[in-house]
Amino acid sequence: MKLYGIGCAIGLKQPIIGRVITEEAPTDLRPYSVLVWKQPNPPSDTSGYLALLSSNVVPCWPSRSPLIHSAKSLDYLSDGDVISVSPNGFVRTLYRKNSTSNFLLTTDQCNSFCLMCSQPPRQVNDFDRLSEHFRLIDLIDTETRELGITGGEPTLFKEDFLRLIRHCKDRLPNTALHVLTNGRLFYYREFARKLGEIEHPDIMLGIPLYSDVDSEHDYVVQARGAFEETVLGIQNLGRYGVPVEIRVVIHKQTYRRLPMLAEFIARNFPFAAHVALMGLEMFGFVHRNFEAVWIDPHDYQNELVQATQTLFLSGLNTSIYNHQLCVLDRRLWPFARKSISDWKNIYLDDCERCDVRDECGGFFQSAAKKHSDHISPIMK
Amino acid sequence: MGQIEFQPREYFESRGRYGLLPFRFMQFSDTQRLLVNEVGEHLFLTNEHFNELVSFRLDRHSDVYLDLKGKHFLFDSDSTVPFELLALKYRTKKAHLSGFTRLHIFVVSLRCEHSCHYCQVSRVSTDRAVYDMSPETASKALDLVFRSPAESIKIEFQGGEPLLNFNRIKQIVQEAERRAQESGKRVDFVVTTNLALITEDILEFLRDHGVVVSTSLDGPEFIHNPNRPRPGNNSYQLTIDGLNKCRASLGFERVSAIMTTTKLSLQHPREIVDEYVRHGFESIFLRNLSPYGFAVKTQSRIGYSMDEFLEFYRVTLDYILELNRKGINLVETYAQILLTRILTPFSTGYVDLQSPSGAGIGAAVYNYDGDIYASDESRMLAEMGDEQFRLGNVHSNTYEQIFGGNLIRSIVRSSCVESLPGCADCAFQSYCGADPVFHYASQKDMIGHQPTSEFHKKNFFIINYLLNLYHSDETIRKIFWAWVHNVPASEFLREVA
Repeated sequence: MKLYGIGCAIGLKQPIIGRVITEEAPTDLRPYSVLVWKQPNPPSDTSGYLALLSSNVVPCWPSRSPLIHSAKSLDYLSDGDVISVSPNGFVRTLYRKNSTSNFLLTTDQCNSFCLMCSQPPRQVNDFDRLSEHFRLIDLIDTETRELGITGGEPTLFKEDFLRLIRHCKDRLPNTALHVLTNGRLFYYREFARKLGEIEHPDIMLGIPLYSDVDSEHDYVVQARGAFEETVLGIQNLGRYGVPVEIRVVIHKQTYRRLPMLAEFIARNFPFAAHVALMGLEMFGFVHRNFEAVWIDPHDYQNELVQATQTLFLSGLNTSIYNHQLCVLDRRLWPFARKSISDWKNIYLDDCERCDVRDECGGFFQSAAKKHSDHISPIMK
Repeated sequence: MGQIEFQPREYFESRGRYGLLPFRFMQFSDTQRLLVNEVGEHLFLTNEHFNELVSFRLDRHSDVYLDLKGKHFLFDSDSTVPFELLALKYRTKKAHLSGFTRLHIFVVSLRCEHSCHYCQVSRVSTDRAVYDMSPETASKALDLVFRSPAESIKIEFQGGEPLLNFNRIKQIVQEAERRAQESGKRVDFVVTTNLALITEDILEFLRDHGVVVSTSLDGPEFIHNPNRPRPGNNSYQLTIDGLNKCRASLGFERVSAIMTTTKLSLQHPREIVDEYVRHGFESIFLRNLSPYGFAVKTQSRIGYSMDEFLEFYRVTLDYILELNRKGINLVETYAQILLTRILTPFSTGYVDLQSPSGAGIGAAVYNYDGDIYASDESRMLAEMGDEQFRLGNVHSNTYEQIFGGNLIRSIVRSSCVESLPGCADCAFQSYCGADPVFHYASQKDMIGHQPTSEFHKKNFFIINYLLNLYHSDETIRKIFWAWVHNVPASEFLREVA
């Protein structure tokens, strides 16, 4: 899946964010649009666009509209996609109309520092990206089914995070929001109350919880007091009617207490809308902490079965993500979901011979190098 | 990324001494102690671990230590989490208290054409003037009902046989609907009837007003008819006919049945359960006789000891579980109530087993003559001549006198298991409740003496048995959870094979 491209920019003074169109647009839409032009000859009227984008080599450009030319293959762009273009000719896809997994990467900063973080945080001040996020929300298709809001930690925007959610509600009332957050800031009841007050019609906060015991959770997220903030944050969200999904990444530091964590969730968060038990993504810090976090999923099936049953029996909507069917205990198959975003999803060569490949969620691309030793095709 | 430092696990551990959070415990088996915390979460410890726990010698890295910490039996830092979560769960467990009196029982007539041996209150009489509730009394009672702060109110019609005064039921339903609309409250209706007198007109009214039906079915004909005599000795047939009519007219789910256990029943657990299954019921409530009303007089004919009942309960429950394993979905309602308390953080609205007792604050009974009682059992006691639990009369007392007076206060004071002798330190406390009326009737003391109390014997036995079953068998565990959620057990057994 291609998400980046580069070409030669002419007349582009500052970065722009625009919606891809492949046919000439009426004048009123042009200030939001980047015209991707695939024909040999340029369109007759090039005025008013944010920019034009072409793979042709265009040595001479008389128009006042900026142009990015000589871009390698533009086939990956479709009408309605939203892209950003930098003055240096770098084209980045922010939103793909034909994808079901779009997300808004709000910030690279985070107040936790999880041992197995797949997108390690950076200590940068990127809060100025907020206007970019608002712009993106203005441009994406109003019929978009779901939009992820992720980071870093999106709530670090504080009041602006709430504005962003409100903007989504106003601009994209039919789009489900899935926010990935560590929930720590909802420890402050006011913050949770204000989010509840927005009354977004279809929002879910996905919040990771790694243990029923504070020190274990704090160790995994590498932040003292994080358990307290997250747990009471989830309670506050429940209090103000904000749907919460609890996400547990299973690895060497979390698998042992998984059954107890399931009981903890059932007793303390019976209002949770969903619980996701997730396999490790071989990305980011996982490489650095490989010894500390890697465990073959085959080796925690007992704990996973116990936890899943506890959650299911307690009436919680439970899913297993990022696990291959050949590694999962058969009792868990009904809970396994094909959860990996399309652009990260792969299958191994062995999988070609497997009879349940189509029902299987497969692997993260990153798992090509390291995965369970127990992958083997299932023959019916 | 080179300069990033990850901290070791020890960095996040608290170094302080641990302290204990409130819990109660008991010797559950020779080797195991059962511990139950303030909000009903339970776990088992070996005797050795228990001794280490209470002498503060538990290894803080052991699984047992972490289990106890995760379930809020101990704490070891100044984190507010255990207290906040316990407080939230405590409020959740006691949520039924927030609405005050929710169930309002109207005895619209004391008359009945049945003369059941165990019936506490009924008269075979045709004298309407004496034993029927008057329109004025009904109206006055409704005034009180709608003074209750509960947002959601349930009105139950009882007797005698309430259908003998059906005009009063009509009046009360219509007036209550109007008042509910005016006050923005929700009101539900249930009529408890033997179904002998059900007619198309009555069914039409019940259907139009969403009234659900609760009837009595004691088992197959050879048990039901001797238990529930009436002229013609045809109670069973009338009940089954009425049941079918109700289901056809109101909907299958709109009719439920309760059974009362007599000496005759004790010998026939399977036949009784089979009878319920045969008629498509998905639940059965195994109820023992109350020591009130006519039941005491006829004790020798129909009565039995609590031990005999509990043996019957055990055998019957085992049989019900056996059926569930085979895919026949049947819930035992008393077990369902207790299991919900044991397994979930939620409150159960069952007024007969609450702390403080639901008598008066959970339910109130408006008798045909306008007298108000704290519970159904209270008016049965009154029928025997003891008006101890008469809260007042709709014609002569105010809402404040009735629901805020000394009597209701003393009932509440005497029925908090948290402070009752024998209950205060019972491991099962958070699953149980108090019954001041029962203890007054059987021991002449609202608080009661638990070691000799039949109420204690019953609840202790059943809770203990349920816990044993839950932890002894994987399939039973799933069936119990299905009961808690009120979903067919067969589905749960299929889903998590």
